[in-house]
Amino acid sequence: MARLSIIVVERDRERALRIVDGLMASGDHAITVISEETGLARRIAEQKPDIVLIDVADPSRDVLEELALVSGPMERPVAMFVDRSDEQLTRAAIEAGVSAYVVDGLQPERIKPVLDAAIARFHMFQKMRAELAATKAALEDRKIIDRAKAILMKARGIDEEAAYALLRKTAMDQKRRVADIAQQLVMAAGLLT
Amino acid sequence: MSLTTLRLGYVPLTDAAPLIVAQELGFAAEEGLALDLIRVQSWAQSRDLLGMGTIDAAHMLVPLPIAQTLGLGPDYPRFDLVMMLSVGGQAIAVSAALADAMRGQGHGFGFDDPVAARDALMAVTKGQLRVGVPFPFSTQAELVRRWLDGTDLAAGVTIHTVPPPLMADALAAGEVDAFCVGEPWASYAVETGVGALLLAGRAIWASPPEKGLVLTRNFTEARPEETGRLMRAVWRACRWLDRPDNRGTAAEILSRPEYLNLPPELTERGLLGRLHVSASGEVRQFPGFIRFHDGAVNFPWRSLAALLARRIAGVHGLDVARAMEQATECFRTDLYRQHLRSAGADLPGASARIEGAMAHPTAVASEKGQMILAPDAFFDGETFDLAFAPR
Repeated sequence: MARLSIIVVERDRERALRIVDGLMASGDHAITVISEETGLARRIAEQKPDIVLIDVADPSRDVLEELALVSGPMERPVAMFVDRSDEQLTRAAIEAGVSAYVVDGLQPERIKPVLDAAIARFHMFQKMRAELAATKAALEDRKIIDRAKAILMKARGIDEEAAYALLRKTAMDQKRRVADIAQQLVMAAGLLT
Repeated sequence: MSLTTLRLGYVPLTDAAPLIVAQELGFAAEEGLALDLIRVQSWAQSRDLLGMGTIDAAHMLVPLPIAQTLGLGPDYPRFDLVMMLSVGGQAIAVSAALADAMRGQGHGFGFDDPVAARDALMAVTKGQLRVGVPFPFSTQAELVRRWLDGTDLAAGVTIHTVPPPLMADALAAGEVDAFCVGEPWASYAVETGVGALLLAGRAIWASPPEKGLVLTRNFTEARPEETGRLMRAVWRACRWLDRPDNRGTAAEILSRPEYLNLPPELTERGLLGRLHVSASGEVRQFPGFIRFHDGAVNFPWRSLAALLARRIAGVHGLDVARAMEQATECFRTDLYRQHLRSAGADLPGASARIEGAMAHPTAVASEKGQMILAPDAFFDGETFDLAFAPR
């Protein structure tokens, strides 16, 4: 069987490499990464790929839509991959955040392993993104709690441990997060000075 | 009372205002709804999320559900456009180089004269022009084609899809020579110094429908009650948006980081109809540059569906008469009548009209006798009557 020619449209180099790794593991493919949106339509048209993979949320997707439409009868029409017989797969792809544009007539059994591999990678990105956001939020919380503690220590002449205990008790009493109470305190203190 | 949550997709544009205002100002809550507003980055994404049922409704380019209905998209459940959200808001911009050349020939960038703008543009281009539009199926594509139809330039024009937030970059990189896009992205290009505003979309067509509220037929059939509640909440938000005193507030809300994430000063230009045509701050007043309600904006005239389908069918080699017929089925005037009467909407006696016939505000037969349609003339003088369209 001929090798599949796959284009990955991805700006982030690190992410692109991981996707390519995942795809290589799913079979012997010719893979090209396009990392800039300038001239995207032209570059894809030149390559004549079997499959184009792109983040569902990438603004450049609309450029691919146009490409899919302009393919004349002599060219190889490409369309957004939606398999009504395997709705699960289509849904999994969209939910993982990857969309595939597939050349007309390519058998579903050739598309599936590629899409599965891409879905797995995109799931991993989602998880990493969520973890990063959680870490960042935790750091922000820490910062604001530290500032609230400092305000309490100065205003009431108590030590750090007592300041934190006071914040924690207030939070428990009000059924709120310590960071939320700290945020309120910092804001109120800002207004008073 | 607990609220029912609906997930709504929007693309970050000024004309997403009705959905955002419906949630932020409590029109949704009044109807027992909480709107989970999901910012999407492309029209293809919006279409896919709606088609897969990941979102319940979307703010969408008016021609997009028509194209879906005509089979020019992935195989999804049918899309229904239940009401219009906005008219106008589009602007045509040209690159700084073209603008300089046109000024050199004495063009004054009046922003409101399509023939003068076209002549000035043709005088400085050599028969070739690349124009960016946000999507193949967009009112912008219709406006550009109509504007240049029948001129020497028509044969040399190529239309390219460019995502709105990237329009300014595409102009700066020389990928396109001009573009037609919704606000605030035209003003954004002016502000970043890469282009000048040449013409308002409304100068080409006095009432170009821009966005609609679109749901799948699965949803409108299975959940009529929530469909009605959503329509009423959004309709009231549209009405609020067209009270002149509210536009400044609307600009503030829209500009927030979670929505457009741009300075309110930029968002305000289109909403107030006070546009800067060049980076040096030349201001042009264009009253009613974008409208959300007044002049019976929200009614999804079936004749508009046919008019837009005619162009799409022509470009994509479909049977025009059949396409016009099919397209009218996705404009749900029946749902509009059923669900918005109780909100106080006046309802026209007919569901189609002669497009392009009104040069002035015109009263038409309606239930309450209060319906005055806004002018909808085309600059080229065409009138389009669905009753006499080819069958």
